[in-house]
Amino acid sequence: MWKWLHSYADPERAYNLSGKLLPWFSMLAISLIGIGSVWGLAFAPVDYQQGDSYRIIFIHVPAASMSMSAYMAMATSAFIGLVWQIKSADWAAAAIAPIGAVVTFIALITGATWGKPMWGTWWVWDARLTSELVLLFLYLGVIALYASFEDKVLAARAAGILAIVGVINIPIIKYSVEWWNSLHQPATIKITEKSSMAAEMLYPLLINILGFGLMIGAITLVRFRAEILARNSMRPWVRELAMTEGVK
Amino acid sequence: MKKGISFRQAFFTLLKRDLQIAIRHKGDIFNPLLFFILVVTLFPLGIGPEPQVLSRVAPGVIWVAALLASMLSLERLFKADYADGSLEQMLLSPQPLPLMVLAKVLAHWLLTGVPLILVAPLLAVLLHLDNNSYGALIATLALGTPVLSLLGAIGVALTVGLHKGGVLLSLLILPLYIPVLIFATTAIDAAGLNLPYSGHLAIIGAMLVGSLILAPFAIGASLRVSTN
Repeated sequence: MWKWLHSYADPERAYNLSGKLLPWFSMLAISLIGIGSVWGLAFAPVDYQQGDSYRIIFIHVPAASMSMSAYMAMATSAFIGLVWQIKSADWAAAAIAPIGAVVTFIALITGATWGKPMWGTWWVWDARLTSELVLLFLYLGVIALYASFEDKVLAARAAGILAIVGVINIPIIKYSVEWWNSLHQPATIKITEKSSMAAEMLYPLLINILGFGLMIGAITLVRFRAEILARNSMRPWVRELAMTEGVK
Repeated sequence: MKKGISFRQAFFTLLKRDLQIAIRHKGDIFNPLLFFILVVTLFPLGIGPEPQVLSRVAPGVIWVAALLASMLSLERLFKADYADGSLEQMLLSPQPLPLMVLAKVLAHWLLTGVPLILVAPLLAVLLHLDNNSYGALIATLALGTPVLSLLGAIGVALTVGLHKGGVLLSLLILPLYIPVLIFATTAIDAAGLNLPYSGHLAIIGAMLVGSLILAPFAIGASLRVSTN
């Protein structure tokens, strides 16, 4: 059943496929983030409690939710790479890590700027914020470990194990607002029941979340392609590519 | 033909070997302990000697010092075996690797974790910890330090082949230590206020059971990566 998927473990085919997917991801990401942000920042109604300052939600929530999704994507790739020894999966994990770290950083920064007017403080040491900070450290640990091995095959395996161990933090972040009394508000978007948010605010938020996901996908593809070329620089097809593309 | 030794024998042979090696190099036991005592001593000098302030920060200071001492001592867990090749012999042996690393981690905890637990009440006196909190301090350290050893060993196993492992190691394992720190210090604080803290202890116990089961496999896999 999964036979067709195995052929994409081949670096050249993975490189070509990601090249074909890249324009779709980037076009969709740009248009969705464009629509979502303009709608959210300019046209969505003002919140009756928080005024206009709630509008940072359209950046903060997508970044925060994608920081966790990116981690899961990285850990899943690392797991596939470790178990089935598929190198392309290792490269994908290595490609995602810095992007995830940046998105986590964006979530923390926007959260701090939102917290200042609403809670009166940049930072509180509660469960949600602390666990998100730990997520940033986990990303940085994975990146640092990957960078410190000369042999990138070993580097990917070592970083992969660390990424899988760190998955334990994801449910802690997700449910921290339910398990502990937190200053952070509980989740407003719910999949199984009605969201506690007006539809005019919810739709641009959902569009932006999707847009952020696609944007991370697009940047991952770019980094993934670069990673494939760097790891296969001695292969004939890469040299051929360098000959034809390089002279232009 | 001689039959292979049982899992039990292998476990205790390795445990005994590690304990013997450490007892012959006494510095390995005492240096982390001295480090722990020194770090705790620095805080009253840095913060000021007021008993109220010190008793407020005591749980955190003792636990943070314990984290750092555990991390520093862990760095040597696999180093010597890696250097002289006995680690590779362990990887090649027919006994399961998770069992062997569990023996090594247990030996390490007996040599560094247990002395730390024994010294902690003395330091708590110096920091004017609330009288109610002593039981909680000992209980959290007894349940928490093995978790630190198990989680830390994963990071050590990942970095054992690297020359510049030290700083990297702290970046890898300190984030994993944070949950233990949080639950341990809130338990001690709760005990200081005469509140029940068995819930916190139960969570640290759950972490111990979980890491006891899963960490040896992660450590084993990491060692296989590091020794290639």
